[in-house]
Amino acid sequence: MRILFDLILTFMKIGLFTFGGGYAMLSVIEDNCVEKKRWITHDDMMNLTVIAESTPGPIVINCATFIGYRQAGILGAIAATIGIVLPSFVVILIISGFLDNFLEIEIVKNAFRGIKCAVGILIISAAVTMIKKMKKKPFPITVLVCSALAMLAIDLFSLGFSAITIIIFAALLGLAVFAVKNMKERRA
Amino acid sequence: MIYLDLFLGFLKVGCFAFGGAYAAIPLIRDVVLSYGWVTDDTLTYMIAVSEMTPGPIMVNLATYVGRSQAGFLGAFVATFAVVFPAFLIMLLCMFVFNSLMKNRCFNSVINTLKPCVVGLILAVGIFMTTEAFFDLRGNGAFDPKALLITVLLAAAAFLPSVFGRKKISPIALIVLSAFLGVLIYAP
Repeated sequence: MRILFDLILTFMKIGLFTFGGGYAMLSVIEDNCVEKKRWITHDDMMNLTVIAESTPGPIVINCATFIGYRQAGILGAIAATIGIVLPSFVVILIISGFLDNFLEIEIVKNAFRGIKCAVGILIISAAVTMIKKMKKKPFPITVLVCSALAMLAIDLFSLGFSAITIIIFAALLGLAVFAVKNMKERRA
Repeated sequence: MIYLDLFLGFLKVGCFAFGGAYAAIPLIRDVVLSYGWVTDDTLTYMIAVSEMTPGPIMVNLATYVGRSQAGFLGAFVATFAVVFPAFLIMLLCMFVFNSLMKNRCFNSVINTLKPCVVGLILAVGIFMTTEAFFDLRGNGAFDPKALLITVLLAAAAFLPSVFGRKKISPIALIVLSAFLGVLIYAP
């Protein structure tokens, strides 16, 4: 019981005091759950980051589920997940009730016009960070460029496809690459 | 029914959003705009607010959009739907994790998905940055003040790393952008 309480509180703290989304939160989770609480090892954290990035959904939810489950099974997973979601949920509920009238004010409107310019730049900056960490080989670069061009075309011409179509296509491509490699090895 | 729509829409986001919140933004835009819940402009505000407030951006956005469509219950349904797939998939992963990471087929799929996701993020970033000062899909309206802000912000965001300095934090950039907006749009 105490561990459940501890999980909820720790993850509430992580949820309440980290800005900037999942990638920013990973380091805070490492600090709290590896260094301070010693709930998981550093190696676990590395593995966890790999799974979190390769499974769908918010990265932080993956982390909370993993660490909670390790500590106290299904109940632990539920406790940690509730802990990380609760602060977001409450803060947004408060802000959204407030913001509807708030946006009418001239100075706020102008501030948001400025912020609108920042959102795209932040997303580009996230992509640039990921590109820097990527292996610079022809295949991943081709996949990257094709996906980017396809997504831009979808956005520009309001095509009937979506990002999901591109993701499914890329997954199928990965399967095809695997099948071809397998066939080559069998012939060799 | 709006609750069912919110649930299914955000379940789709939760199931297909690989690679974190920024990768989810194209999906969320897709879903939200296709249901016609909010306009593109409102959604951009919501994304900005979700980035400025603490917690996972995707959860913030789901709560926000849900609340705007169907109050508290809408917020709850949307948040639950966006979180649930990640929770369930992670639990399943814990049982098969070790054998999965050794599986070459799985690895091949993951290695193709990674650059694809980065490409999607890059495209959305470029599109949203351009659309902030140039109306790409509408009448081609051009806003020179927004272009000025965008150029200043881009310099603040990318120049430090060019000179090997520490990157400006996302929160600092958002605060700066709000400040520039007030300053430059002031009559």
